[in-house]
Amino acid sequence: MTLLEKALGLILSGDEELYRICFTSISFSAISIFIASLAAIPLGFLLKLKEFPCRQLLLIIVNSLMALPTVVVGLLIYTLISRSGPLGQIGILYSPAAVITGQVVLVLPIITSMVHGAISDMDPRLPETLQTLGARGLNYYGMLAREMKGPILAAILAGYGRAIGEVGVSMMLGGNIRWYTRTITTTISLQTSKGEFELGLALGIILMAIALTLNFLIHGVVRHE
Amino acid sequence: MQKKMQLSAFLLTVSLLFNFTLSSCGQHEDMSHIKLATTTTTDNSGLLAELIPVFEERNSIKVDVIAVGTGKAIIHGKNGDVDVILVHARNQEDAFIDSGFGIDRRDVMHNDFILIGPDSDPSGIRGSSSATEALKSIAEYESSFLSRGDDSGTHTKERQLWKDTDITPSGQWYKEAGQGMGTVLTMSNEMLAYTMTDRGTWLAMKDKLDLVLLFEGDPILYNPYGVIAVNPERHDHVNYEDAMRFISFLTSQTGQNIIQSYRKNGEQLFFPDALN
Repeated sequence: MTLLEKALGLILSGDEELYRICFTSISFSAISIFIASLAAIPLGFLLKLKEFPCRQLLLIIVNSLMALPTVVVGLLIYTLISRSGPLGQIGILYSPAAVITGQVVLVLPIITSMVHGAISDMDPRLPETLQTLGARGLNYYGMLAREMKGPILAAILAGYGRAIGEVGVSMMLGGNIRWYTRTITTTISLQTSKGEFELGLALGIILMAIALTLNFLIHGVVRHE
Repeated sequence: MQKKMQLSAFLLTVSLLFNFTLSSCGQHEDMSHIKLATTTTTDNSGLLAELIPVFEERNSIKVDVIAVGTGKAIIHGKNGDVDVILVHARNQEDAFIDSGFGIDRRDVMHNDFILIGPDSDPSGIRGSSSATEALKSIAEYESSFLSRGDDSGTHTKERQLWKDTDITPSGQWYKEAGQGMGTVLTMSNEMLAYTMTDRGTWLAMKDKLDLVLLFEGDPILYNPYGVIAVNPERHDHVNYEDAMRFISFLTSQTGQNIIQSYRKNGEQLFFPDALN
């Protein structure tokens, strides 16, 4: 039996640990993306539509943060929430909360930047039209968001892909604890270092399936617009 | 004319370089190599850096060290990727020999495992009468315990100890990291958790940790190292002869003396076993 057959067999056998790991990855990333989107989407709008001091500077910072390596995000959060760090009293290191915090920091700039980009690309007549229709204040932003839902969804999905595929933050802040903070990527890392490739490969296949699905969704959403 | 001279000068340079490369390769081949798969703890302790140069000089055999977990070291042996292994997990070693992949096992030395944890010692394992009693208290009070969880020699030993307590550790308090000893010590420090570690890694890292040594000295915590040659009947390409020279050296008076006198931070890490 080849390694690939063993890996596929493992996926089909409904192995409890395998599904638990997938569930952990999917749910951590979903919560991270939800929290990050709450901040990133309004921020993306503001950066384009409102004039305020240091706007350009903030935009440059957000764009630079997109390239931040996951291990650096991991390390920064680690120094903050470690027992010897300023937020050490909370004691959330090596827990799901720590991983989610790290992933939020990781994907926030990505979603912000993509939303900002999408609004920059929109038809300049759209804001005028909405304003002529009498949209003001929050109502105006709500209508604008509804018009832009395609690109915003694409931004969220791209952020989700980044969160579920990263290993640095999950390993450093979650600690790869079994039945607790062990994710798809940390398991692949662990299994490979042990020389056991079946579970790693099975998870790799699942991760690729998730990535493909996400990209099909993004493609569909963008084309639909 | 000038072109011709340039060309011949070029050819001369090339042939000189070629000769030089060949001769240096030849020198390289004079020295035979053996591949040794061993555990990261052995390698990190610095002991191998004392032993191997002496062996290499006496025998003109180069030792290539591959430091991995015990489980992987044995897999390397089974696959014939190495010539000799130096590991510490007796059950896995026996299985390796019984399946015909390893031969000529010799005891080399032992170090020991210790239990460490937060100074507050919430389960009160200080002064326990045995290692199993200490683990039982940890389970009883459900104090955080961080396990290696990576099938390493240390993890194998820990599981065996839990087996002796008749407790199957599970629940929120028992966590498996699936990572190396250094990482697990750092994590325990953050989580204020108990953990079991080999003394070597502990001594190397304790200055950076707030945890304290809470239990030691039960003979069950001894950690014997064995050296095993890969069976040439299973893998005919292995360098069995030189592997046996290495095994003889480790178990010789010279090798055992080096082990006995090796100190890290002024403390003895390994206790020679071959000549007893």
